Amino acid sequence: MTLELLKRSVALASVLALAACSGSGGDNTSSDNAASGDADETQIVRHDTNPYPSTYVPSPSGVTLIRGATIFDGTGGRIDNGDLLVEDGRIAAIGQNLDSPDGATIVDATGRYLTPGIIDVHSHLGVYPSPGASAHSDGNEATSPVTANVWAEHSVWPQDPGFEAALAGGVTTMQILPGSANLFGGRGITLRNVSARTVQEMKFPGAPYSLKMACGENPSRVYGNRGQSPATDMGNMAGYRATWQEASDYRDSWNEYWDAAEAGEDVSAPSRDLGMDTLMGVLDGDILVNMHCYRADQMAQIIDLSQEFGYQVTAFHHGVEAYKIPDLLEEAGICAAVWADWGGFKMEAYDSIRENLALTHAGGACALIHSDSDTGIQRLNQEIAKAMADGNRMGLDITEAEAWTWVSSNPAQVLGILDETGTLEAGKRADLVLWSANPFSVYSRADNVWIDGALTYDRNDESMQPVRDFMLGQPGEGDQ
Amino acid sequence: MKRIIFSALASLAITAPAMAQTHAITNGRVVTNTSAGIIENGTVLLRDGNIVAVGSDVAIPDDASVHDADGGWITPGLFASVTQLGLIEVALESSTSDSGADDSNFSVALDVADSFNPSGTYLPTTRIEGVTRAAIFPSTGLNLFAGTGGLANTSGANNSLFADGQFVFAQLGQSGAATAGGSRAAAWAFLEAAFTDARGYPGRYSGDHQGDALDRYDAAALLPVVRGQIPLVMYVDRATDIRRALRFAEENAPVQLIIMGGAEAWMVADELAEARVPVLIDPIRNLPSSFDSIGSTLESPARLHSAGVVVGYTTQSADGYFNARLLPQHAGNAVAHGVPWDAAFRAITLTPAEIYGMGDQYGALANGYVGDVVVWDGDPLEVTTSAVSVFIDGEETAMESRQTRLADRYRNITDEQPFAYRR
Repeated sequence: MTLELLKRSVALASVLALAACSGSGGDNTSSDNAASGDADETQIVRHDTNPYPSTYVPSPSGVTLIRGATIFDGTGGRIDNGDLLVEDGRIAAIGQNLDSPDGATIVDATGRYLTPGIIDVHSHLGVYPSPGASAHSDGNEATSPVTANVWAEHSVWPQDPGFEAALAGGVTTMQILPGSANLFGGRGITLRNVSARTVQEMKFPGAPYSLKMACGENPSRVYGNRGQSPATDMGNMAGYRATWQEASDYRDSWNEYWDAAEAGEDVSAPSRDLGMDTLMGVLDGDILVNMHCYRADQMAQIIDLSQEFGYQVTAFHHGVEAYKIPDLLEEAGICAAVWADWGGFKMEAYDSIRENLALTHAGGACALIHSDSDTGIQRLNQEIAKAMADGNRMGLDITEAEAWTWVSSNPAQVLGILDETGTLEAGKRADLVLWSANPFSVYSRADNVWIDGALTYDRNDESMQPVRDFMLGQPGEGDQ
Repeated sequence: MKRIIFSALASLAITAPAMAQTHAITNGRVVTNTSAGIIENGTVLLRDGNIVAVGSDVAIPDDASVHDADGGWITPGLFASVTQLGLIEVALESSTSDSGADDSNFSVALDVADSFNPSGTYLPTTRIEGVTRAAIFPSTGLNLFAGTGGLANTSGANNSLFADGQFVFAQLGQSGAATAGGSRAAAWAFLEAAFTDARGYPGRYSGDHQGDALDRYDAAALLPVVRGQIPLVMYVDRATDIRRALRFAEENAPVQLIIMGGAEAWMVADELAEARVPVLIDPIRNLPSSFDSIGSTLESPARLHSAGVVVGYTTQSADGYFNARLLPQHAGNAVAHGVPWDAAFRAITLTPAEIYGMGDQYGALANGYVGDVVVWDGDPLEVTTSAVSVFIDGEETAMESRQTRLADRYRNITDEQPFAYRR
């Protein structure tokens, strides 16, 4: 019996744990899965894979018909004079000349642009919140090169004013990652961009967990400066390999234990290791690897590493040299999440070019934008506009509708939530942005943002502009 | 203290034979930054480094090399008001970063002209995006004074840094408080002592006497600031620090003050306007990134503009060396948040030139101005627009950089020829 089947078939409480259905980071149903089984199975130790479940509840969505917009649907398609109907938080229909149901709120979008909400796969909002303060430096557990046991969600401060600034820029979903000081930085988490008292209320239901890893200069600098390993690129590789070997052994020991226990043998469970639990989730394909990696040659090494230990890298982040290896990325099925034009700040970022995203995309690989910045996340539409224009200037032929995939469907794919959001297709969550003008213009602003069909931001209505606790009573309260 | 080591005219004289050319840039939407406003279907004529005619009915001499703007925009070159161009190649590699000197015994006397590298690869990457002039700033280290800054063009020529000793940069606010010993009170006490030292130079340093805050070299370097000959650029974000800076400038007349940072400058806008103290701000800073900048907002540029404050834009939230080229995007966002287009465009062209006392030479297209001209394929503040050609000192410059070379090399991923042979 495979581990997957075991997970589905056995869902029983033990002293230590509840069963759960997956490595889901935000599954708000898993804690309901505890059920009674027969006496033998209750003895099998299984750890809850979702002990901090999502408590996200969408705000009420009415029936909304947005009419007459230019639509970029996130799949690469464009609809002129398009309509979109929202019902019960989901997209009910998209097309032209849709009928208006009784009681629908009609939004006249003539002359405006409608897109899927922006998704940023690389944010440190909440873990490095504003205001910057020593007590707020919660993004890097830089105490050991392997900290797969830490989870970014346990650092997220939901009162970060950066969240509402990102919302005004049309961001509806983002992945919050640990920093890149460590080879294995810990788990990332995918959040809805809603205001909430707890991070659990922001967690994207059903989104898989991710593992943040880092290549190159950061780990070797942080630990090399302390006279410990890794101090070099080869030390980095040795660290990954030793850790994956340990994870592989750990996984074997649990699988052997579960098989034996299932067979009714009298066996005792291995010792639990929280970091190894995360790496086991990667080896099982439940937790998605997001790896900070700049240089082409480093990415190629990591591709070999992943094949050596049998896991999939989902995305390289900050791949400033992705344009040198689109063929390798395509073959390995790895997305490149990049900036439009950052670079130069360290040696591995020296070969940054403005055409990186466009060339990587044109070369056949999955490419997307990311911010890694509480400022950049507010203008990702402008970032893809630059990247598209730079690519087209060198002769590529990338349409605006196609470029919008860089900020919606491709990021959704990286986060494992493309079935739920990232495109404007019937049945998906109604995560929408209505722009005042073409969002490929610097002068365009997000007029309205809907999350799960609920109006979450309105540029022209202060009562629909969230203000986090920190800004109350401060100078400039409520200013964007 | 040296003043302008290479005035624009002097440098032209030195290299005149190579530059004795006439260029006619035609068929474009000319943004003059003068009372002539925008001239549709206009021509700009450059001769021997300078602008000699601007208008819709300019006679083109026979010897002119004609550049058809093809209906694009023709504007003055952009003037980046705060950069570390030529000082930093790779920020995290201290061996390649010459912007600050934590371990030096000196402060004000540190002159960027001695660090500036005209061959730095970010001069071309910045130039091909339309930036032709830049203020070169030292970075603060463990002293409240970072040093003395200069002005450069982005041609990469040996005399790119055309004016040294142009301003002194000091960091106050929370950072200045930390470097001065732990509080704002310590920072302002240090600054007062430093000014007293400089004012007393050289007599104060006769015999064995040392200054209270500055050694003799730094005091000498601060003297032109104390005398009001060059400005003091002061980094401050918090409203109360800006007010304190205004009081300092008033008490130390004739010192010329420029505020940089200015996250909460909009809260002091009327006082700044009345004192005619210019502010260098990044229009896209809007988060309370520290307790100094709680009031930071995207509305800042429009509020300062409405109050009549002289404002130049920076790329502080990006950086000042790799991405000083993003000035148009930052200015475009100011427009999106309420600043009139003309004012936002001036904030990255003429206004910085004026702030640094060179508004009669740079930042406008008018007779007698230096021939810094950019042709764009659209509205220069749009993120999808690009510079098509860039003239500096009346000469057309190469639209090529290390980055464009890399893009060309990897444009086609094939195994026909090893990449290292593709040049």
